[in-house]
Amino acid sequence: MAVLVLAEHDLGHLSPATARIVAAAEQLGPVDLLVAGQGVSRVAAEASEIAGVARVLVADNDALAALSPEALVDVLAPLSERYTHIVAASAATGRDTIPRLAAKLDLMPVTDVIAIHGPTRFDRPIYAGNAVETVSSSQPKQLLTIRASAFRPAATGNAAPIEPLLPTVHTVTTFLAAHRTEGDLPDLGTAQIVVAGGVSFGSAEKFRLVEDLAKALGAAVGATRAAVDAGYAPNDWQVGQTGKIVAPDLYIGIGVSGALQHLAGIQGAKKIIAINKDPEAPLMKIADYALVGDLFEIVPALIAGLKRD
Amino acid sequence: MKILVAVKRVVDHAVRVRVKPDGSGVETANVRMSMNPFDKHAVEAAVRLVEAGAATEIVVVSIGPKQSTDVILTALAMGAHRGILIETEARVETLAVAKLLRAVVAEEAPDLVLLGKQAVDDDSNHVGQMLAGLLGWPQATFASEIKVVDSGLEVTREVDYGRATVSVPLPAIVTADLRLNEPRNAALPMVMKARSKPLAVRPVAEFGVDINPRLTIETISPPAERPGGKLVGSADELIAALKSELSELEAL
Repeated sequence: MAVLVLAEHDLGHLSPATARIVAAAEQLGPVDLLVAGQGVSRVAAEASEIAGVARVLVADNDALAALSPEALVDVLAPLSERYTHIVAASAATGRDTIPRLAAKLDLMPVTDVIAIHGPTRFDRPIYAGNAVETVSSSQPKQLLTIRASAFRPAATGNAAPIEPLLPTVHTVTTFLAAHRTEGDLPDLGTAQIVVAGGVSFGSAEKFRLVEDLAKALGAAVGATRAAVDAGYAPNDWQVGQTGKIVAPDLYIGIGVSGALQHLAGIQGAKKIIAINKDPEAPLMKIADYALVGDLFEIVPALIAGLKRD
Repeated sequence: MKILVAVKRVVDHAVRVRVKPDGSGVETANVRMSMNPFDKHAVEAAVRLVEAGAATEIVVVSIGPKQSTDVILTALAMGAHRGILIETEARVETLAVAKLLRAVVAEEAPDLVLLGKQAVDDDSNHVGQMLAGLLGWPQATFASEIKVVDSGLEVTREVDYGRATVSVPLPAIVTADLRLNEPRNAALPMVMKARSKPLAVRPVAEFGVDINPRLTIETISPPAERPGGKLVGSADELIAALKSELSELEAL
């Protein structure tokens, strides 16, 4: 048994998801962590600190700058011979890359893993999380994406050896532009507290109330699909079946009705607070604390109350 | 440009499915079925490329039981030209779906294959990437905008940090995200006209692809129930509750 984990990173830093994927993957065998990209020496150094990592393999190559799935598969396919498991986070890069690699290797991947029952037996959600399937594989090699939010992070303090790779990489797509959501909010997928808003805010300007409350709490900001479609929040804030999956200790949904596609994204939340003018909204029914009322009165009161310590 | 669009018949996205008590699956008898919502965005994108004069023909393909002709007819009513149903009652895993689509690509030689980014039943999000891998074609997944340019396509993708725009040569695979477009509801005359468009129903065996599943589904279980919470009476009460939750978090 040997596991290769593809590290997630962005803007020269390892993503907080990676330590969680390593902790999950350790259940499967000794973990090598692959850092692929361009100018990733700092990412590699951060990766080597994660407890449980045996080796950090570094593929530093201009053609990997945009982390295109075509280029990543060029790196992963030759490495795959040495491993029984190849694992990535269920995030944009992993979702893009693992199925492409799987098809190249003639393997059926298991994606969005939320529980590991053994080297070849996994749980994954289906139907927007309204059912969970337990699958087992008799294939010689397992290709997985794992939901970071379902696992606790590995500790730090390691100093795993860093080994350079010299892969041959082809890139066919050309990266033109990144449209980033600016801000210094915590990573949504791994945040301890998430404050999410719905379309009932009525405008992008009023949606800032959600951000204000999040700032007061040191929380990440989430949004419903309707709020994103209406242009009140950027697409990378969308929480749900087809957006980001969150599992914070505390989730605060404001004017969030709780469509089943949104609830799919917050099932892992430990405590839920809901604020809505409609007491019958589905989120209000499952919230640990539900308050009926006008969000434009309640949210400023919460912000003021939090500052009054 | 010739476009192949893959569509899937799934439990309607508005239906809250129930897990069967014996753990063998979810209840699909007497449940409303419809075209996977992401696939509708893919069909709409293809139709708009034809309307803009950038494409000339749309072939729509589905894999599944006889009833899947319904979703092919929906796509034909939206503006696709021709349909193919690869008929099977079997559970077809995404890898086998990709292999069947590769066989269709070999027959049809499209310049672009459009698919939904994921099906809302198994939530896999595999097939576009797998088909691209099998064909060795470039892929642009989770598309929220598609522009035709001299060199191929410029696709804006929804990614973890926001959006990214990539340039992709043809032939290519593009998978549709929800903000790609607003799919049309076909008007009645188009629905009538769809019935006269060619729709080939072909048995899966004709394609010579091994569709035996690689994974065993052991059980399907309902998610953990969340115990109902409580209503609080005022913002002050909620602030007190919030502060006590926060102090518990800090203690961790």
